[in-house]
Amino acid sequence: MSRINDVVIKIATVNGTGSSSANGLLAKAIFRMGIPVVGKNYFPSNIQGLPTWYEIRVTADGYEARKDHVDLMIAMNAQTYEEDMNEVAADGWLIYDSTWPRSRLLDREDITVFGVPLSRMCNEHFDTARARILMKNIAYVGVVAALLDIDLEVIKTLLQETFASKSHLVDSNLEAIRLGFDYAKENFVCPLPVRVAKMDKTAGKIMIDGNTAAGLGCVYAGATVGAWYPITPSTSLMDAYKAFCEQYRITKDGKKKFCIIQSEDELAAIGAVLGASWNGARAFTPTSGPGISLMNEFIGFAYYAEIPAVIFDVQRVGPSTGMPTRTQQCDLTTCAYASHGDTKHVLLFPSNPEECFYMAPMAFDLADRLQTPVMVLSDLDIGMNDWMCPDLKWDKDYKPDKGKVLTAEDLEGMEKFYRYLDVDGDGIPYRTLPGVHPKGSYFTRGSGHTKFGTYTEDPKQYQEVLDRLLKKWHTARTLVPEADIEYSKFNNEAILSLGSCDGAVKEALDILKKKNIGLNYCRVKAFPFTDAIREFIDKHDRIYVVEQNRDAQLRTLLMLDIDIEAAKLISMLHYNGLPISADFVVERLLEEIVKGRAA
Amino acid sequence: MSYIAKPKVSHPNMARNKLGLTVRDYEGSVSTLCAGCGHDSITAAIIQAVYELGLEPHTLAKMSGIGCSSKTPAYFVSQSHGFNSVHGRMASVTTGANAANRQLNYIGVSGDGDSLSIGMGQFAHAIRRNVDMCYIIENNGVYGLTKGQYSASADIGSVAKKAAPNQLAPIDPVSTAISLGATYIARSFSGDKEQLVPLIQGALTHKGFALVDVISPCVTFNDNEGSTKSYAHTRKHFNRVMDADYIEPSEEIVVAYQEGEAMPVHLHDGSKIIFRKLNKDYDATSRAAAFSFLRDSINRGEIITGMLFLDEDGHDMHSDRNTVDAPLAQLAYEDLKPSESILAELMNRYR
Repeated sequence: MSRINDVVIKIATVNGTGSSSANGLLAKAIFRMGIPVVGKNYFPSNIQGLPTWYEIRVTADGYEARKDHVDLMIAMNAQTYEEDMNEVAADGWLIYDSTWPRSRLLDREDITVFGVPLSRMCNEHFDTARARILMKNIAYVGVVAALLDIDLEVIKTLLQETFASKSHLVDSNLEAIRLGFDYAKENFVCPLPVRVAKMDKTAGKIMIDGNTAAGLGCVYAGATVGAWYPITPSTSLMDAYKAFCEQYRITKDGKKKFCIIQSEDELAAIGAVLGASWNGARAFTPTSGPGISLMNEFIGFAYYAEIPAVIFDVQRVGPSTGMPTRTQQCDLTTCAYASHGDTKHVLLFPSNPEECFYMAPMAFDLADRLQTPVMVLSDLDIGMNDWMCPDLKWDKDYKPDKGKVLTAEDLEGMEKFYRYLDVDGDGIPYRTLPGVHPKGSYFTRGSGHTKFGTYTEDPKQYQEVLDRLLKKWHTARTLVPEADIEYSKFNNEAILSLGSCDGAVKEALDILKKKNIGLNYCRVKAFPFTDAIREFIDKHDRIYVVEQNRDAQLRTLLMLDIDIEAAKLISMLHYNGLPISADFVVERLLEEIVKGRAA
Repeated sequence: MSYIAKPKVSHPNMARNKLGLTVRDYEGSVSTLCAGCGHDSITAAIIQAVYELGLEPHTLAKMSGIGCSSKTPAYFVSQSHGFNSVHGRMASVTTGANAANRQLNYIGVSGDGDSLSIGMGQFAHAIRRNVDMCYIIENNGVYGLTKGQYSASADIGSVAKKAAPNQLAPIDPVSTAISLGATYIARSFSGDKEQLVPLIQGALTHKGFALVDVISPCVTFNDNEGSTKSYAHTRKHFNRVMDADYIEPSEEIVVAYQEGEAMPVHLHDGSKIIFRKLNKDYDATSRAAAFSFLRDSINRGEIITGMLFLDEDGHDMHSDRNTVDAPLAQLAYEDLKPSESILAELMNRYR
């Protein structure tokens, strides 16, 4: 068996031992060799001591999803050794730290095991306890470099870039790389039959996580107020926004053109967003499922009082506290209908970090245009893992769509302003900002109000506003981004999916095509669903709905929002907390196809 | 009913402020509260305060939560934007509003339920952040709209209509604000407009978080003999620590005072607030002294009113963060986006 640029490496370590920089170095080195790479971090909700894994998939074809098998395991954690060893595919390889003896019971006939005395080597070469622990990680990078034929020059360049200001660290890291590399060269047959070789498939590409991309998108969108309460896995979004602002939003005399409020809780975070948006600033909050639960009351308020707001929900595993460091798409229904009473909200579904960047300004434009909360539903997999994406580009002609906001001049010329009139027939009223003009004043309230903005308990007047909001919802349907629809050829069966499932689905379609199974594909990018989505579904007899939650939430939304017949929608649900793989989609599809044909 | 606009009857000889507006121009719609409600007196005091200050109505932002008190922003200055938010969350909305536009004058009206029960967290954190606002608590010790439950500010032994005496210790917003670092802390009584108006004016002019806790008896559910927040009880146990006169920055200081009887304090915008010291030993500039004095008076069963603590250090949320002077909401987009070339350059960081 010989394969080039098609291998899955998994590194099992202990949380808090500094392995993440070593793992990042390994993935980046392969990327720098021009080879597409997928990096996934499976980490515990813990600071130190619990097991953690990093998975690197080298994929010449540039697929985005993870694989369900492991070719090369680096088993650095004694606590999970047995489990890690069992995960290696037949004919695969395992590296372990042979400084200490290993029980003979812990062995497999069908894999090759490489013992490398990593601790001993590092103890001999480095003085401090800290260096000994950290360099052990760098040393296994050296072992893998030798086994997979990774270019040492590339690693050296990366280390020089990383430690540009601390050159002594470059030397010690290189020494550790050498220790592992030389040991492997002397003791094992290098390279392995699965190895890497330079390509040119990463030109014009970057490795970035979705939270960083979204934070950058908020800066480019012109957001000036960010309010948040720290919650995994959304925290790094605000960290990124802050770092970019500190670089690009400081005046010559050191003043800040942004305001970040670390709130006392998510209730206050969304409250601050509404206050700022009401005043005309672009304001946002990043959060995750538990935060959305807390924000519900204000989300309904913003819907009814018609205040723009942008919320990034980086979804994690629920219910309740769930598994905070694992991924799922489990907030679809709770976000779509967040809050009591008749409410529904515009949702955007980015499928990778690139879309997190572009959907940030889109979310602000939609929120301002529609005067309503817009939620961007990313997830932990997109938000916290580095994905290979095309370079992010910015349209220099972009102008924020601030929607229907009356200026002082507009108001001066008006006899009287009323807040909730449907002047243009699209269900979207005009709004005014405080402090602009005395004629613009109105009373923002979550209580029953008339189209004039005054308090009411009158049945007709109340219902008139509620019906106009529904009209606005139909306008929203025409403004949200269109789904990605691919007709490979006309088929009566198709896959419909969203968000981070996209990579696995596309790879699965390729695999199925090789088995002569052709399926059409629709990847929805927003809620409410567009007319094109309904047409797509209408053209097919069976739709396989692929999503990452237990209760088929996307399927539910299709039934609720555009009345799709339940029997037509067949669910394929992945919800164990790991990102979905193409293998899962293929397996489930084959099952369903067999069932469908038998029926 | 609040949706009935109040007819604007303006007498030709009515006094006018520096903007040429009469007090009528600062009124709102008709109050829907019970006749005799202390809150309506506070509304009148607010109208008087902003009229005298000569604030342009549209530069005032009226913020509130939920409850009887939170309805009142509809009853004053109808030419101002109002934000009647959700229960206990006025503070966070005002924090965000102020973050976006630091030039408006924020007046938040809340109640004891809104600030000390459901909104205790937000109340505390707005103080910590030193949000530049005038925060008024219309404090009656009782929930009115849900018909008479005790609030967190009800005193031990207080008896509401048809209820057993309250046994839980009250949360005192003034002591809380002192301990949390508020820089302007006052208390008054809804029935004492003479004292209340200048305190509200000082709070509106003060830079930073200004609290005015106003004892405001609930005539329907809490104005009976057993209640410590009834008209009768408040009048009997009322102890003015000091009076205050507010003086516009543009005007000459005409109030004469004698050393030891009055103390002028300069507010950040150049105006002054002058305290007539009824209690000569009281020092409103010492946080420790204010706290200790307040505890002693609570033990004596006295309701201390007046200017209880003031620190004119001129700081607020924005100065602490060093934000630009112009409102963030008004910055031009060109001023906010990094260039396209910066993005191209930035991409190298991710290769």
